[in-house]
Amino acid sequence: MAKQVKIYSTPTCPWCRRTKQFLQTNNIPFEDFDVASDKNARAEMVKKTGQLAVPVIDIDNEISVGFDENWLRQKLGLTK
Amino acid sequence: MTAAVYAARKKLNILLISQDIGGQPNATAGIENYLGYQFIEGPELMRKFEEQVKQFPLEMKIGQRASDLSLIDGGFELETDRGEKYQAQAAIIATGKRPRPLNVPGEEKLRSKGVTYCAICDGPLFSGMKVAVIGGGNSALEAADDMIKIAEHVYLVSLTPLTGDQILIDKVKNAHNLTLFLKHAVLEIKGENFVEGIKIRDLKSGQERELELGAVLVEIGLIPNSEPFKDLAHLNRLGEIEVNCANETDIPGLFAAGDVTNVLEKQIVVAAGEGAKAALQAHRYIQRLEIKI
Repeated sequence: MAKQVKIYSTPTCPWCRRTKQFLQTNNIPFEDFDVASDKNARAEMVKKTGQLAVPVIDIDNEISVGFDENWLRQKLGLTK
Repeated sequence: MTAAVYAARKKLNILLISQDIGGQPNATAGIENYLGYQFIEGPELMRKFEEQVKQFPLEMKIGQRASDLSLIDGGFELETDRGEKYQAQAAIIATGKRPRPLNVPGEEKLRSKGVTYCAICDGPLFSGMKVAVIGGGNSALEAADDMIKIAEHVYLVSLTPLTGDQILIDKVKNAHNLTLFLKHAVLEIKGENFVEGIKIRDLKSGQERELELGAVLVEIGLIPNSEPFKDLAHLNRLGEIEVNCANETDIPGLFAAGDVTNVLEKQIVVAAGEGAKAALQAHRYIQRLEIKI
């Protein structure tokens, strides 16, 4: 079954865009939550991570704060 | 990365050690003065740099930072924060700068919990909140200008009068939801799990007060990542490594490039050019060593 990928981001954050670009390039579908405008998503992100920084990536409830290509590749089973 | 490309093209045996790929441009939203791109985002430009570096067969250790550099017989020994040691005939320091912290109680504990050094990244997270922007230069004014559009209220706190461009000062100082605290020092960032407020002091009257707010955007400049090299290279009063116009330090075989040095302008295009110069100079140095042998 395909992994469920969520990204919590803001429109201006360069690393958020890099993360989304990485997922798109690798044909990984994801749900994008804009935590600048969506207060519920912001609260959910804070609950999951206990912090306020973006991007937050949730892959089947495993969390990464920040763009970490190695972590993404490992969790998504992507080879280099 | 430019130094690595130039050195690789000279067929030097290179090891590139860095805590990350890209450094400061990764926190830059838009770049409009790097030739070849009318507009490009920082991380995207750095991704292109990385792609180009990886075309060459050079060894990369990413995720480690240099913790010590010492002279050994025949060159240098570098130790990383993971305790790994590497030897080389020549070394190029291109470690850049990092945001200057306030160094006040509560700051470290509340980092990423309302305290941020990347307004462009995290600023929008604080929409609808009361926030403090710390600093009086262009970066602080730009952060304040962004925040007055989305925050409930912005407190702009600066040790000095505002020193940024007049056009930016004019944009922010009359905003209805901004309060200026000039010649004020931040004493403490308060909060248990997240930022709840700051304590500031009026430098003139000595009066202290507390402001209730949810985020602190620190924009008080940058400091050079030169600490691991301070015993070897000569640093200026700003902590920058002093180099001559050939990127040479006082130590033969030790070169430095970019924002970590005393080079006059801190710009991506300048840093890249300096990296190229340092690599070419290191190549010449190694050639001379081999002629002597």
